[in-house]
Amino acid sequence: MMSDTANNTGKPAMSAKEVIARRVAAELKSGMLVNLGIGLPSMVANYLPPHADVFFQAENGLIGLGARPQEGMEDPFLTDAGGGFVSAVPGAASIDSAMSFGLIRGGHLDITVLGGLQVDERGYLANWMVPGQKVPGMGGAMDLVAGAKQVIVSMVHTAKGTPKIVPLCDLPLTAARRVSLIVTEMAVIEPTEDGLVLRERGPGVSVEDIVAATSAKLIIKGDVPEMQL
Amino acid sequence: MKKAIKAEEAAALIPDGASLMIGGFMTVGSPLRLIQALVERGVKDLTIIGNDAGLPGKGMGALVRAGAVRKAIMTHIGLNPEIQEKMISGEIEVELVPQGTLVERIRAAGTGLGGVLTATGIGTPVEDGKQKIDVDGKTYLLEKPLHADFALLSCFQADYNGNLSYALTARNFNPAMALAGKTVIVEPDLIVPVGVIPPDAVHTPGVLVDHLLGRAA
Repeated sequence: MMSDTANNTGKPAMSAKEVIARRVAAELKSGMLVNLGIGLPSMVANYLPPHADVFFQAENGLIGLGARPQEGMEDPFLTDAGGGFVSAVPGAASIDSAMSFGLIRGGHLDITVLGGLQVDERGYLANWMVPGQKVPGMGGAMDLVAGAKQVIVSMVHTAKGTPKIVPLCDLPLTAARRVSLIVTEMAVIEPTEDGLVLRERGPGVSVEDIVAATSAKLIIKGDVPEMQL
Repeated sequence: MKKAIKAEEAAALIPDGASLMIGGFMTVGSPLRLIQALVERGVKDLTIIGNDAGLPGKGMGALVRAGAVRKAIMTHIGLNPEIQEKMISGEIEVELVPQGTLVERIRAAGTGLGGVLTATGIGTPVEDGKQKIDVDGKTYLLEKPLHADFALLSCFQADYNGNLSYALTARNFNPAMALAGKTVIVEPDLIVPVGVIPPDAVHTPGVLVDHLLGRAA
């Protein structure tokens, strides 16, 4: 569809991933405990609103995850869930896996941001395997989606043109739980009891563009505003 | 008091066909010298239980590459293509378990519980063949305890009573596994005299630990 957002503001075009990361970051509020998945979701930390006092959790055992340290200042025992070097912010706490997943399942995690392969009209997410092709394992994803207070799916809108927001997931589900929000470079969509409600458009994207790139039925009420990034 | 033993002495305690819980997360907090000694001993037909298969040839991936593994019970194998190939060829049976469920199954075994009830996995392939139990209107899966012959762990500091203290994200599955392995072998970065680790800084009490690995020669 579109890799870079069109714009007529004179600003340089933003990449699809940056649009998504910036829009998800706007959901993060001071005092929240947030888990960011590996890859695109981890970019969200770069666009936190000013003064947002957010604690990030790395499910391998850290509350208070900080940026990657300078080269030469890494600690081999301070890593994120992808095994990459990270830092710990002042006030961080190291925890074991039982505590980490107790926080996740027990409703103590405010937001989990994960990637997605498919989301359907029920708001159910599939993001951990493609039968016969890719079986990496679910890692912590099933606990995160089943247990976090809010689940935000951040993903590019289509897989090279093939819709990822579909009537019914045909990939194995991550959890039978309605996610809270879907953020793509084209749209912000809120799964509700009645179905998928189109809340916002990406920069320079029309409602028609979104409908054309989505095989699921979207509920469209009145004017759909453009994302404020 | 526990006398430190050498890695090859520890490896000699572990027979072919044993079930091993191995601490660590993407090799961080894994007992790497102990794993290497097992590879050198040529151990076979292991069942390994741990968070992930490490990287190709590294961490638990070293046992996979060496052909020492018959079954792996893990949450994630995506960063080790070698175990995926062996899974597809049928050489290794892989049971994938959600991360929070894996640690609780280990903890259940180690703390004398008959299992845990979790909503994780409901509506997914994880629920296949498992009993569902309703508690106060909410549905849970019954996940059964996971036992092992050995727990192979690493820590930052140990004292000669076997008290352990972990560093940062190297803690992960190690404390739960210390409860669940019938024989617990720990590879510390440092062994200190008894009393040096203050009681409040002991994460795993020494009563759970059977053997400590001494420093590398």
